[in-house]
Amino acid sequence: MLLEPSLAVSAILFSLGVVGVLLRRNAIVIFMCIELMLNAVNLTFVALSQQIGLDGQVFVFFVMTVAAAEAAVGLAIVIALYRHRDTVNLQSINLLRG
Amino acid sequence: MNPLAGTAVDWVGLAILLPFAGFLVNGALAFLRPKAKRTVSIIGVGSVAAAFVVAVAVYLAVRAAHPDAPYVRTLWSWIPVGDLSVSAALQVDQLSVVMLLVVTGVSSLIHLFSVGYMHDDPGYARYFAYLNLFVAFMLVLVLGASFPVMFIGWEGVGLCSYLLIGFWFEEKEKADAGLKAFLVNRIGDVGFLIAMFLIFSHLGTLDFRETFARAPQGLTAGGGAVTAIALFLFMGCVGKSAQIPLYVWLPDAMAGPTPVSALIHAATMVTAGVYLVARTNLLFAMAPVASAVVAGVGALTALFAATIGLKQWDIKKVLAYSTVSQLGYMFVGVGVGAYAAGIFHLVTHAFFKALLFLGAGSVIHVMHRAHHQSHRHADAQDMRNMGGLAAYMPWTARMMWVATLAIAGIPPLAGFFSKDEILGAAFARGASQPFYLIVWLFGIAAAFLTAFYMARLMLYTFHGPNRTGDLERPHLAEAPWVMTGPLVVLAALTILGGALNLPHVETLHRWLEPLTAQGAAFLPALAPSTGVEVTLMVAAALIGIAGLWLATRILKPETLVPPERAPQETGFAKLLLEKYRVDELYDRFILRPLVWFSRVVLWKGLDAGVIDTAGVNGSAALARGLGWIGSRLQSGQVGTYVVFFVLGAVVVLAALLK
Repeated sequence: MLLEPSLAVSAILFSLGVVGVLLRRNAIVIFMCIELMLNAVNLTFVALSQQIGLDGQVFVFFVMTVAAAEAAVGLAIVIALYRHRDTVNLQSINLLRG
Repeated sequence: MNPLAGTAVDWVGLAILLPFAGFLVNGALAFLRPKAKRTVSIIGVGSVAAAFVVAVAVYLAVRAAHPDAPYVRTLWSWIPVGDLSVSAALQVDQLSVVMLLVVTGVSSLIHLFSVGYMHDDPGYARYFAYLNLFVAFMLVLVLGASFPVMFIGWEGVGLCSYLLIGFWFEEKEKADAGLKAFLVNRIGDVGFLIAMFLIFSHLGTLDFRETFARAPQGLTAGGGAVTAIALFLFMGCVGKSAQIPLYVWLPDAMAGPTPVSALIHAATMVTAGVYLVARTNLLFAMAPVASAVVAGVGALTALFAATIGLKQWDIKKVLAYSTVSQLGYMFVGVGVGAYAAGIFHLVTHAFFKALLFLGAGSVIHVMHRAHHQSHRHADAQDMRNMGGLAAYMPWTARMMWVATLAIAGIPPLAGFFSKDEILGAAFARGASQPFYLIVWLFGIAAAFLTAFYMARLMLYTFHGPNRTGDLERPHLAEAPWVMTGPLVVLAALTILGGALNLPHVETLHRWLEPLTAQGAAFLPALAPSTGVEVTLMVAAALIGIAGLWLATRILKPETLVPPERAPQETGFAKLLLEKYRVDELYDRFILRPLVWFSRVVLWKGLDAGVIDTAGVNGSAALARGLGWIGSRLQSGQVGTYVVFFVLGAVVVLAALLK
């Protein structure tokens, strides 16, 4: 029964992801941090499914599927961005400033 | 069931519709066929004459039935709002019939006169359109069965007055005179409106019959409410009927064509105030203080305007101040509670003052024609350019002498009886209230001055040597029959008009009794002894004769010189010539402060300062500032958005977990 350690690891991973999104400037890195947060959530689902049922495990598959699709779209956007602006640094991308 | 139902009275609306139709047709002709003078004359005169026929039929029906209660013909529901319900309704009773006859009768004659007077005017069709519209509105005024309907007529005649004073609007001073009349009348109209609001708030109705039925219970006699109502109504009368302090517009109104002065500014419209007081006689009888104000203002105006009339040179200005003065007499009459006497003087005055104005119009017409022939640019209305005209236009001179004797109060002409009756009533009231003795004295003094200035007008215009100039003299001739004809008819009415209400016969008094009886209960009985009455009559006649005699003795038409060479007047005469400088006084103390206030406080201060700066520009600045703050949030940096997003998520989580 590794519930509490599992949840603790999940929380740490999620926090790392949040901090990464907030602090890093590189779009690829931010993207990877988002994946990190998704996987932290996946870990929570799996850990809690021991008590609640298999629904959590099923849900993880959905999240992984969507994450894969999201990775495809996200990476495509990053590539398009790089082609137009020669950079993936988000600080220098501010066309929508008010 | 009123005995008048089903008689000719049901058709009384035609009297309004016919002149209105005349207005529409003539108005259309003014645009489409301005040269079709014959058609315009037939429609213009015919529609009013037809209205007179309707009026006679209505009069005969009323005379046959002589109902105690007014007959109200409701046409449609006009303003049904909450507790207020006003119908477009016409009221026929003894008072409105008298007015109906006078208005349509005198109008017919003046329309006919206008055919000659305005014959060469390019605005002929427009003139008749306005004049017909005036008659229609005047009839709405006298026939209206409630205050709002009457007010429609009241404002309508004001509009027509404005249009006709400024008829020759190419000349700025004439357009200004129209504007002045319109604006001064607005001041009085505010009073009329406030009076209506007060009547509605106290009695819950604006209908004449209902108002007078509820007034004895709903209002305390002599109380503040009824006094306020009566005074505000009188404020309306002061504007419309040119009493102190709002009389200033009437002398300027002489800028209009002379028949207009005869019809609107002497015979009918300006008497609307007297009619209003007589119509609401119950309210005035219940408010003795207001009645005293009416009589006091009337007496003061009668004397004040008569003194100005002494020194005017413009023939129409003399008659204008005379009208103001005579209107003052009428208000003395209705102010002392002699409502029938006031209406009696209104009727006789309509006859002899219309006659005087038309006679003056005839003189001006002939003078203009003579000046036109010799291309001279002298003032055709200045009496110093006239003189000795009786030899050239004998009919006009004779008819005007009839009117002069009537207005001077020489028996047995109409003016003698009506003026004497007013002064007699004032004297009788003076027995118990000395205030009315002063009113009577003012009236006597004004009567003397009236005789004097009228004799002066006649002497300078028609007698003495002719001053028109040698080139013009051969062109002086009597006016055409369309102009002298109405003069003769009006002169006949002036001679016979006194028979309407002879002392002790009192036909008009009894005729109006169903309408004045209710108010008479609140008034002290007036019954001067026969001895006093006869003494007063003799005194009144003697004063008139004295005025005429003095004028013939001290005025020397031979010494008059044309205005260019006239010597400067000095002292009091100068003050009279300058009309006590009342216009200048108003300009100085009312108009200029008002203009200053509007310009500096309202425009520069309130409008430009507060509304533009704080309101319009202020709200724009506020929106711009808020927008600027909002635009700072939108940095375009994904990082910033994420920070807010995370913070928001944390706040939501914290709220959920609590």
